[in-house]
Formats: sequence, structure tokens, C-alpha cells
Amino acid sequence: MSSEQKKVMMEVKNINLRFGGVIAIQDVSFDIQEGEIRAIIGPNGAGKSSMLNVINGFYHPQEGEIWFRGEKRPSMEPYEVAKTGIARTFQNIALFKGMTTIENVMTGRQLQMSKNFFWQLLRYGPAIEEEVKHRKRCEEIIDFLEINHIRKSPVGSLPYGLQKRVELARALAMEPDLLLLDEPMAGMNVEEKQDMSRFIIDVNEEFGTTIALIEHDMAVVMDLADRVVVLDYGKMLADGTPKEVQSNQSVIDAYLGVAH
Amino acid sequence: MYFRETGQFKSKYKEELAAFPIFEDKIGIAIAALLAFVLIPIFGLPGLSWDFTMSAVMIPVVIFTITTLGLNILLGFAGQISLGTAAFMGVGAYSCYKIMTIFPDLNALICVVLSGVVTAFVGTIFGLPSLRIKGFYLMVATLAAQFFLEWAFIRIPWLYNYNISGAIEVPYKEMFGIVLTGAKSEPLTRYFVCLGFLVVLTWLASNVIRGRIGRSWMMIRDMDIAAELIGVRPLTAKLSAFAFSSFYIGISGALMVFFWLGAAEVESFDINHSFTYLFMVIIGGLGSITGCYFGAILVWVIPVILKEYGKSVFGIDAFVMENFTTILLGVVMVVILIVEPHGLARIWQIAKQKLRLWPFPY
Repeated sequence: MSSEQKKVMMEVKNINLRFGGVIAIQDVSFDIQEGEIRAIIGPNGAGKSSMLNVINGFYHPQEGEIWFRGEKRPSMEPYEVAKTGIARTFQNIALFKGMTTIENVMTGRQLQMSKNFFWQLLRYGPAIEEEVKHRKRCEEIIDFLEINHIRKSPVGSLPYGLQKRVELARALAMEPDLLLLDEPMAGMNVEEKQDMSRFIIDVNEEFGTTIALIEHDMAVVMDLADRVVVLDYGKMLADGTPKEVQSNQSVIDAYLGVAH
Repeated sequence: MYFRETGQFKSKYKEELAAFPIFEDKIGIAIAALLAFVLIPIFGLPGLSWDFTMSAVMIPVVIFTITTLGLNILLGFAGQISLGTAAFMGVGAYSCYKIMTIFPDLNALICVVLSGVVTAFVGTIFGLPSLRIKGFYLMVATLAAQFFLEWAFIRIPWLYNYNISGAIEVPYKEMFGIVLTGAKSEPLTRYFVCLGFLVVLTWLASNVIRGRIGRSWMMIRDMDIAAELIGVRPLTAKLSAFAFSSFYIGISGALMVFFWLGAAEVESFDINHSFTYLFMVIIGGLGSITGCYFGAILVWVIPVILKEYGKSVFGIDAFVMENFTTILLGVVMVVILIVEPHGLARIWQIAKQKLRLWPFPY
């Protein structure tokens, strides 16, 4: 993908995040362009998840700015960030364990649903129409991710790989502009990884969703990502295409240098 | 193979989203409704006198089911624990009393609904700590609500109209020429008023639970971080759960005093009762509306009936029977919770699952 004429969707500038004396992120700046798959890599404790948490509004950095769609974003709470069209999956699955797959996916439609409490009480007319409309959309997403057969199963009892997929479905149900994936392939076998990679590419191409993902599997990252950011000990080591990053000496030293 | 959805095809999402999509469920509900609306009011329960059936079994169990619904919404669906249930029932009862004295001409049923609204307001205020604390710590905060409200019911004489006995007495009320409350009211009338409230409130609760707002409660319960990321504001979700739940509890409190006990003192709203309602919810099954019915019936009806049977059938002394039923109920609870920690509702679900395949094991 040529990166010259692409529009910048999100830009983080000089982010500094500290927890007491611990410096989690130090002076990190990068941008995410519209329609690309952006990978964030780095060894354990490099500050990758913290970075996503900053974008999500869970952490508020001491210094630095976040620009989203050409505007500087004020300090926001996570539920406000969700309204701007940013969805996220978690490293250790954060599904709603007490609900079935379809209910989990339906929760992703929360923000699109608007009928007030009194319609909800009656569950009649507009409220049920809205419910049906969003149910249809959710079924499409479930179809897309090939999890039809577990539609009515409680998510707690599903195997790990499927749970990850349900979580992706839930994030997709939000119809986000920017999708943050925190280690979508952690703990999967090769086949599951291939499936997941295929879904990520499909989402990117069919829905045009911009994706930022954290991943440890270098083969996957190099295949999927358009551009890669490398973090180490909270500092930025490199930023560029997979090729450039692979040949960057400091990256090799810190990370790829180990036998892989 | 008595219970199966095979062959019951749904071609519209609307049909599938119905409250009872499976035909067999509809039959079950019809039988339960027939029992509650027709058979028991006419014949009573076998072995018990009709008056006793109505005033000691049916009316209270209907009222406690409403309480259990309210508590289950908070605890089972929104995941916010509360030990102040009895005190909130007291808020409902006392506010109903005040509303009736301030507006003597207002219809009794409207007074009951309004007292639910007042309780919802009070419940929301006492739900504020839930924004900062969870679990056991929240339980302690609601315990404070319980003790504070009990104190208020004694120390603020305005609440019981400066009555010397400190109790609230139910005034005479009628609607369409039928006596609703007061000493002259028929048990049957009072039973049907309570049952009417229960049916409507169950229907409303099941609607809310299955919609956007109910899902936001369950999201907060299961994984609050993910819920926030999807756009649920914890403040709105938690406080609306407290308000909705307190509305139910307030209505049940008002019904309890005005349609069952006839008069009430602060002892009717003490912490022991809060625990009883908590038992009903846990035994019945957290996060299940059917479970509320099971829980209230098991915890309230079984001991009362056993006590009566002990007296009439076996001639056992009432005092002995009292202790015996307490022991028995304790054993039953422990056994149920060991066999199935998710309560009677889950046992019911498993039974349905088995009936689907019966007589084959799998």
C-alpha cells in the first residue's frame, strides 16, 4: 500500500505515561493511517498494551497529545472514546461470560440503539423493531466470522480460539472506524492463527476498517501489517514497513536478534 | 421427548425474540396461570383452610416474588450486591402511608406505584457508593443504608404520623365499590391486586432485561472494563439498576403492609428479612426471572405448609414443628447449593434439557 496520499486517522504525539516512578511509555509518537493495518510490536513490558489503553482512555498520559481525525482529542473516559468509533479486543479475553454468543455480539450494538427506557419497558413497536434490525446486522457479522453454530452457546464454555473470534465479532458489531486488537492470536495453534489472520484481512478489506494490532508472532505481523511500530522499554525503536523494521539494527538487537 | 423445539421453526427474528418461543413453555405458563388465577383462589391448597391459604401462603408469596424480582435485577442482572432490601421495602411502605395521608382521595393502587417511585429515588441515592466500590465493600455500604433507614423509621415520627404505637395503620380504601385495603377488605381482593402487580411487573422486567438496558446491566456485571469500552457509562447503568430494582422492592414493601399485614412496625423491615430475601434470590437462581418464583415459593411456602401439615396431619406441637422446618429448610438450601450452585432456575433448565431427550440419556 502506498502511504503517501493516505489520510492520517489517528496521531499520537510525544506520549509520556508514568505510574509513580515507573515509566511505562516515554516520548512515543506515531500515526495510524486510514485503511491500513498497523502493528505495534515489542518484547514483554514494552508498553504496547499501555499504548492501547491510552488510546482507549483507560490511562491518561501525563504528557502528550492524541489527534483523532484531524482534531486534538480532549481527555476522555473509555465510554466516550467508544462513541468516537474505536473498538477493542483484549489480550486476556474479556467476554461477558454469563451471556450467549449472540447476546455478546448484540452488546456491541449498544451505542447504535437509542430507544428510551419506556419503549424498552414495553418492548413493543419501535423497541422491538430496533432489536430486530440490530439482530439482523449481528447475524451478518456472525455469518462473516463463521460462528453460526455456537450462536446460542454460553461463551464461557467455548474453546479459546472461538472465544477470541466472538470477541472480534463483538468489536465488529460496533462498526468501528478504528479497531484495536490486543494479541488476537495469543495462544492459538497454526490453523487458528491462519483463520484469524484471514478474518483480520477480510475485515480490513471488506469493511475498510483501520486496524491497529499488537502481536508477538513475527511471521503474522510481517505478513499482515502495512506498517510496524516497535517499542522497547516504553521507548520507540523504529517505525516503518515490515521490511524496514526487519532490517533495522536496533530492532534486531532488541528483539528479532533472538532466534525465531 | 416431551419438551423440544424441533420442528418449531421461526422465520422472523421477532418470533424468535418472543418471551416464550417454544410451544411447551406456553403450556407451562398457562398451567401456572390457571393455578394462580383460578384453581387456588377457588379451592385453596389441599389440607389447608382456604383463609389460611390466602392470607398466609398466597398473598405473601406473591409479594415476596416481587421483592425477589427487584433484588434479582440488582444482584443477578446488574451484579451489585445489596443487603438493604428490607429497609427499602420499609421505604416503600412508609412512603405509601405518607402519600395516602397527604392525598386521602388518591387511588390506593396509584399510591403503591408512587411509593415505588419514591423508593427508586432513595435506592438511587444509596446506590451511589457502587460507583466507587464493588463486592463485599458495597455490601457493607448497603448495610449502612439498612441501619440508617431502620433508625429513620423509629426516630422520625413524621413518617408514622406521630402515632403513639410507632406503627403504621392501614386506612380504608376502595375502588369501584370494592374494598381494597383496611380491616374490612376481602383476602381474595387483596390477593388479586398483588397478583396483578406481580404479573405486570414480571412482564416489564423481562422486557427490560432482554433489551438494551438489561444488556448494559449484564455487561457491567460480567466485565465492567469491556462494558465501558463498548460505550456503557457505568454511572448510568449502575444507578438505573438501583433505581429499577428499588422500584420493585418499594412496591412490594407497600403491598406487604397495605395488602397483607394491615399494620407494620420497624421490625418488619429489619436485617433478618433482608437476609431472607437474599436467600430467595440465591436459592432461586441469580439472573433468572423464573428463579425468583422458585426461590420465593421454596423459602416461604414450604416452611409454612410443613408447619400446618405437622399440626394437622401428624399432631406435632407447633413449637417443635417451627424448629424442625427451620432445620429442614437449612438442609434443603445447603443441598441445593451443593448440587447446583446456580440455584433452582439452573436445575429447571437442566430438567428441560433432559426432557428434550427423554427417555434416552443422550
